[in-house]
Amino acid sequence: MAIITDSRTGPASRTRRPLTLDSMVRSALVVLFVVLMVVFILGPLLWLGVRAFAGNWTFPNLLPDDWTLRWWQVVINDGALGVAVQNSLFFAPLTVLVSAIICLPAAYAFARFDFPGRRFFLISLFATNAFPKMGLFVTLAALFYALNLMNTVLGILVVHVLGTVVFMTWIPAAAFAAVPRNLEEAARDAGASKLRVFASVTLPMALPGIIVAAVMSFLASFDEAQGTYLVGAPAFMTMPTQMYSLVLNYPTQVAAVFSILLAIPSVALMLAAHKHILGGQLAEGFQIK
Amino acid sequence: MTIHEPLTEPPASTTEPGAAAGGGLTIRGLHKILGGRTIIDNLDLSVNEGELVSLLGPSGCGKTTTLRMIAGFLEPDAGSIEVEGQEVSHLGAENRPSAMVFQNYALWPHMTVAKNIGFPLKLRKMSKAEINDRVETVLELVSLLHHKDSKPARISGGEQQRVALARALVQEPKLLLLDEPLSNLDAKLRVKVREDIRKIQQELGITTVIVTHDQEEAMSMSDRIAVMNAGRIEQYSTPEALYARPETEFVATFIGSMNRVEGSLNNGLISAGGDILGIRPEDVILHDVPFDGALPATVERVVPRGHFQEVYLRRADAQLRSFVTGELMQPGQQTYAEIRKAMTFRDGRLVAESGAAR
Repeated sequence: MAIITDSRTGPASRTRRPLTLDSMVRSALVVLFVVLMVVFILGPLLWLGVRAFAGNWTFPNLLPDDWTLRWWQVVINDGALGVAVQNSLFFAPLTVLVSAIICLPAAYAFARFDFPGRRFFLISLFATNAFPKMGLFVTLAALFYALNLMNTVLGILVVHVLGTVVFMTWIPAAAFAAVPRNLEEAARDAGASKLRVFASVTLPMALPGIIVAAVMSFLASFDEAQGTYLVGAPAFMTMPTQMYSLVLNYPTQVAAVFSILLAIPSVALMLAAHKHILGGQLAEGFQIK
Repeated sequence: MTIHEPLTEPPASTTEPGAAAGGGLTIRGLHKILGGRTIIDNLDLSVNEGELVSLLGPSGCGKTTTLRMIAGFLEPDAGSIEVEGQEVSHLGAENRPSAMVFQNYALWPHMTVAKNIGFPLKLRKMSKAEINDRVETVLELVSLLHHKDSKPARISGGEQQRVALARALVQEPKLLLLDEPLSNLDAKLRVKVREDIRKIQQELGITTVIVTHDQEEAMSMSDRIAVMNAGRIEQYSTPEALYARPETEFVATFIGSMNRVEGSLNNGLISAGGDILGIRPEDVILHDVPFDGALPATVERVVPRGHFQEVYLRRADAQLRSFVTGELMQPGQQTYAEIRKAMTFRDGRLVAESGAAR
């Protein structure tokens, strides 16, 4: 991001115009912006990375006093971690699947049919994100106690799916809506049934959008902590909820190690999706309308 | 001067029911209301087997709506559509014996050229080998065999157009529908592609309906043209007849160029009156010297058009445009303009034609 900002407003404008006060102020602002971005985005990550290998780290020193791999051992030898990883890897894909089954038909309906209350329903999907999460989960917990869903797989699944509904509906809806109608009509004209048109034309063309939604849902589920903790702990600990107890019960270094571990699947998934969508043949689908 | 009765009946050969009984397309009483507006108003049309007919008209005249109803994307409110004697208006687009070429080609971007063309055959459960054979045959017909495995985004607009045509032809449709097939091509390519389409259509003898707003395109390709306006067919005849004998003022204005003057023509002189005179620019003849039937005129503006020039003239009785070949004229130049032929329209319909007496 820093590079894009710099090259767009920086050198290009500087070579064309003489150095006026105005343009100097502008480049100064750009530099300031870039520095702030670096400090606030990369800074904490850098700190985290260093922290995970730090032994003692006394206050004014810029680097730790000594380095160690001890904290990695602590985390890896902790039996709870393995369970947490397993739980996370169980809930995240399941959440994506359930969310897709529930939300994709809705997304298609939002994109293709004009029904009464369409806009209302579309906007109201944001409702779950509009309120403070914790308040929502407390009410949810009350309901779950009544339905005997506390500490159950189903209960956690409901919490996770709730958090993905917005992505899984809005992004695929936009993707479905972007499929030109006459491409579907051409398939009808060629002799395809409505179902076949969907399978052969609409779905493949909307796939990049659906993959993006699936990745975001996966990450949302993977990172969900509050609701999972409330509904699942202590029976079901996922990686983020496990981190809560690590932060509370161990030195900060352990939390640093664990958050790096937690980030690995997310980063890997993002990179894979990025490569698949921008580098793959699906990207070609977007060049033609 | 010849006076005709108002031409209320269309020529017998055109819309008589049963004219295309053996094959082709017959539309009777087609009606469509969209959003409270009558888009298609009781339309009849019959296309003979192997004939190429254009639906020509300005945007919003209902020509595309008509085509979409023939293709099955839109349900008519009333009327019947028969293809080769079979009533199809109750069938979905996937079950009709017609194939359509869309204005923007509507090629599936995620499939290769061969996959695009093979898709209709795959739906018909043909074997892979047979699909491949047919796809190659039709690709050869549109000379695109070398782009068999290209994605649509990788080939030019003209090539995409031919792929779309190939995808329609491979279905061996009883009726080929083309929606503004050339509107996305540049001028030079348009001439070539329209000749290609016409050649292939005649070779295969496919009954074809083309929607277009381009009169030149319609004139150069069609056996017959149905000029549409406000949901009705104004006139349905051959390109030559359409130009030489427009039945309505709309057709006269829409097809070719026309001087539209209020008044009536007496001995080559326009006198004020209630009727509308339609004079083709090529029927305004210029003479260098005084001439029997010609009036003095001043050249006001000259627009060079390549092999001819469009000359704007002021005569004592009217302002006229004339198409002139030869030496470029100059504004302000004096000349003598003779009106050789004029059509008289009353209430929008042709009531009289006056030719020069000579």
